[in-house]
Order: sequence, then structure tokens, then C-alpha cells
Amino acid sequence: MFYREAGQFKTSYKSDQALMPILQDRMGLAAILMIAFVLIPAFANDFFLTSIMIPFLVFSLAAIGLNVLTGYCGQLSLGTGAFMGVGAYAAYKLTTIFPDANVILMVLVSGVFSAAIGAVFGLPSLRIKGLYLAVTTLAAQFFLEWCFIRIPWLYNYNASGAIEIPRREVFGVIVTGAEATPIARYFVVLGITVLIAFLMANVLRGRIGRSWMMIRDMDIAAELMGIRPLQTKLLAFAVSSFICGVAGAMMVFFWLNAAEPSSYSIRLSFQILFMVILGGLGSLSGAFMGAAFIWILPVILKFVPGILGFDIAAETVEHATFMIIGALIIFFLIVEPHGFARLWQIAKQKLRVWPFPY
Amino acid sequence: MNAIVTDKTIATADAEGNTERDFLLRVDNVSLSFGGVKAITDISFDIQKGEIRAIIGPNGAGKTSMLNVINGFYHPQEGTISWRGKVRRKMKPYEAASQGIARTFQNVALFKGMTTLDNIMSGRSLKMHRNFFWQLLWRGPAEQEEIEHRRKVENIIDFLEIQAIRKTPVGRLPYGLQKRVELGRALAMEPELLLLDEPMAGMNLEEKEDMSRFILDVNHEFGTTIALIEHDMGVVMDLSDRVVVLDYGKKIADGTPEEVQASQAVIDAYLGVSH
Repeated sequence: MFYREAGQFKTSYKSDQALMPILQDRMGLAAILMIAFVLIPAFANDFFLTSIMIPFLVFSLAAIGLNVLTGYCGQLSLGTGAFMGVGAYAAYKLTTIFPDANVILMVLVSGVFSAAIGAVFGLPSLRIKGLYLAVTTLAAQFFLEWCFIRIPWLYNYNASGAIEIPRREVFGVIVTGAEATPIARYFVVLGITVLIAFLMANVLRGRIGRSWMMIRDMDIAAELMGIRPLQTKLLAFAVSSFICGVAGAMMVFFWLNAAEPSSYSIRLSFQILFMVILGGLGSLSGAFMGAAFIWILPVILKFVPGILGFDIAAETVEHATFMIIGALIIFFLIVEPHGFARLWQIAKQKLRVWPFPY
Repeated sequence: MNAIVTDKTIATADAEGNTERDFLLRVDNVSLSFGGVKAITDISFDIQKGEIRAIIGPNGAGKTSMLNVINGFYHPQEGTISWRGKVRRKMKPYEAASQGIARTFQNVALFKGMTTLDNIMSGRSLKMHRNFFWQLLWRGPAEQEEIEHRRKVENIIDFLEIQAIRKTPVGRLPYGLQKRVELGRALAMEPELLLLDEPMAGMNLEEKEDMSRFILDVNHEFGTTIALIEHDMGVVMDLSDRVVVLDYGKKIADGTPEEVQASQAVIDAYLGVSH
């Protein structure tokens, strides 16, 4: 009824294989982009931008990165946090070595370093599959974290052992450092996230995206159809790590201002993995939904008792949030193991045939 | 007794003189073993250009192993494989694929998470060359290439009469259609040699008839050489030009369907002999 593609005929393959062939989808995306680029900057306060929107976008991007590897190429990875850390440290080193270079460019270039390291740690994937591969990526996690602590050159021999982001301007606007306004940071983060999400949508629907899914669904058949397993998997590792690296760099440059090795610990890897699983493996919109659930919902829940007028201690609220989120994760995974993306698909199907059941 | 008949059938095949001329693929004295298990012992046969060649035999005879040897998945310990007159070196499956060998599987090996269209498009992977950066951009060359190949894929979809399930995820399709999509995926590779591993296993009569018609049409219209493994003897005898029979990893007969049917060794292998 509300979501029906009746009457939308396709007369060319070009329009049939467009990113969003259905008008309602395109309108929905336009509305979301409108909200993100116009309404939120116009009305949101600093707290909303720095504590909700910026981290949400950073995590969404990291979830897209992991989704490329785990959701599309089927290679389970627990090294996401470390690859994000590589991006952060690389961007930090780059911007201290080239202080006058455009910092946004440096953030993007830092992804190249994490892509290279990701590809190296992806090498075992030719021989090892599934959970065993996850364990080898765990090695990456621990080794790289060790590097962040033990190699002082990476954090410029700071006494604290943490990286602190210096003040940088892009076209006269301060975007990093303590003085940068939330709105400037927000626009940078939003721009990079939307750009990478759009580019990945292109890759995923073409030959390369298909070759990843072939490896994921049936690697033997893929090989017999001319897919080279090593190159394909390494490309997935590289692309995934590139995106994670950029997300990690954005995390410290535009959100935290300072980071220590523990910021990129295994905890972060798991957090991103949960976002991907909960959002839906193999779905870009799922990455956003998963990130929203894991990051935004707890923040909102913390304010619920205050709004309702209950006077509860902060720790109690914290614990209650943990329990509620945990219960919701279990609930949603029982309802739909394929995540929010699939739930949304089912909802769309229902809307299509409403008011009839099918 | 077996040994004598084996020699005789090979001799007749040679006498006809069709082993030397115009063969697309020839297997010479191939032996394959896994540890102590001999899967294939000293097998030689050839596949001529444009024919439908059946490989039959009782369960465990080494038929599927033979196909795996042909498309480079297994590497035989002994013997040589000649492709278009040249002895082939040891190669990986994707190299065999790029030389024009496609196959379907005994138990459907489709890409479950993808639609019918994407599955068949995946067969075009080797023919698409736009690199990563064009793909990032999509607009322009990458899109052009995609549309060009989409057109070829749509021809295959029309040929196999599966237009209605174009956008359906293959996991949701019934078995017979899945087999058909798998044939489509192999055809999308535009192979010179198409290996079909039990294309009709588990199908009902109507589906078998359809599939037989598709196999004949592929052979006649596209000129594709086909090697198939099948257990339905009626189908094998009707479709194939020549049949090779394996039993316990050895070749026991080779020739036209009539010759093979008349062979005592084949009858013994299928019906058993009293000892």
C-alpha cells in the first residue's frame, strides 16, 4: 500500500540495476541525507553531536569495514580494533610529520597503512577458515596492541604514552584539536562516512562484490569459476582494513582528541563485530542500524530514568542499561538471526502487501 | 575374463581411429590415489570437439574424481592430460576455468545468498576486467561493462526459461530450478568443455525431460562439448555420442552407447557376477 513499486517499469538494464531501483527507497534515502546534512546541524546541540552522532558515524563506518570482510567475504575477523588503531597511529604520525598537509587527506591516507597491515594478517585466510581464522586475527589484535604500547616512536615519545591530536585547520576551519567545533567535526565525519558508504555500495554490486560473495557462499565453486581465492580474500582484507583504519583515525581525530592503546583493544573489536551481526551480515544499511543500536540506545536509556522523574544512582542506571541492552540483543537475535537488515526487509514486504497478509 | 574384454574394447576404439583426430581433451594413463586408496587407475580416454561424452559407472567408480582431475581440482600422480592437443601442466582450478572448462556439481553448489541473476552474472567474472577503481566509481566503464554482460546473461535466462525467478535468492528455489540455474551459471562462462556431474539426479520425469532438452540444445546451438556423468541409463544412452564406463577406478568399456550396452564387462559391473 505505502511501499509498492507497481507502475514503476524499467526499460533498460541500466535503470533496473540502479542502486535503488524503487522510487520510495530513493525518497527515503534523500530524506535521511536531508536530515543528516541540514536538520541535525541546524538544530542539534553540542552534546548530541559529540556524544551521539559523531561516534555513531565512526562506528557505522567501522561496521561497514568489518561487514565487507565478514558479511560479504565470509572471513571472520577479531582484529578490527587493531586495524582501527593502525589507522589512528598512522594518521597521527602523518600529521606530525607533515603538519601543513590537509588533515582530512592524512586521515584517508592512513587507511592505506592499515590496508597493507590487514592484507598481511589476511594471508592465513587461504588455509584457515571460520573460527580458526578468527583466532589468527586475534593474533593481529594482540600483536598490534603490543606495538602501540612498546614502540614509543608511534606516539612521538609522549610521557603519557597516549596520542594527542594537535590543532589542524582545513581551509581556515579548525577541524581537529580541542578548539574544533562539534559542527565542523560532524561535517567532516559525515562527509567521509557517506562518501565511503556510497563507494562501497558501488563495489559491492559489481564484479568484485560478487567475487567476495562467491567466496563466502561456496569457495570451491568460486574457484572452479575462475576466482583466485588468495587475491580475492586479500583484497577483501585490504579494503576492510582500509575502511576500519579510516574509521579508527576519525575516532581519535574528530571524536576523542586523544587515545591510548587501550582505546583500540579487543573490546572495540567485539563491539564492532556485534554491530555487524546485529545489524545484519552482508548489508550496508545493517551496519548503520547495528551501530545505532549498540551506541545510541544505551546513551538514550541513561536519560530515561531522569526524564521519567526517578531518582536513581548513576551506577544503577549504568547496570540497568547493560542488562536491558543484553536482553534486547538476545531478543532480536532470536526473532531474526539475520539482523535488523532482514527485519527491515520483512517489514518492507509487509508494507508492500498491506492490508493483506500476502 | 574382465581383463580380456577391457583390452578388446580399447582396441576397437583405437581401430575406429577417432582417438587421434580433433580431440578437445585427452586423458592418458591417469592414476589418482589418496593415500592407499586408488581412486583412478590407468585410465585413458578422449573427448572430441562437439560431442556429448558420457562417463558412467556404479557408485564409487571414480567418475567424479575424473571430473575433478579434468578441471584441475585433483592432481593425478601419474599420466597426462592434453587440452587442445597440448599436454597440460599441473594447474589450479581457476586456470582450468580460464581455459574454457566449466562444470556443474552433483549436489547443487550455487551461491546461496545471491539472486539467480547474480549467480549467473558470477559466471561472467572471468570475462569482466574493470579494475577496483572503476568499480568504486561505477558510473562510466564499470556500468557499461555490467550492462554488456547483463545482456549476455539475459540471453541465457531466456534460453533456460527462468525469467520469472531472475531476482529470487537461489536458496528459495525448488531443487529442479536450482539445477537449472547452476547450468545457466556454467553456460555464462561460455565454456568450450562443459562438465555436468549428474545433471538429473533427484529430478522428476518432467524436469529430466527439460534438462535433457537443454543439454541437447546447448550442444547443438552453442556447439559446446559436453562431458556428463549420469545414472539414468535411458538418458545417457539417448543423449550421448560416446560413453566411457568406469568401475573401481578402471576403465571397462568405451564406445558408442550400443557397443557399451553390448559389452559383457559393463553388464557384469552393473548386474554383478557370481563368483
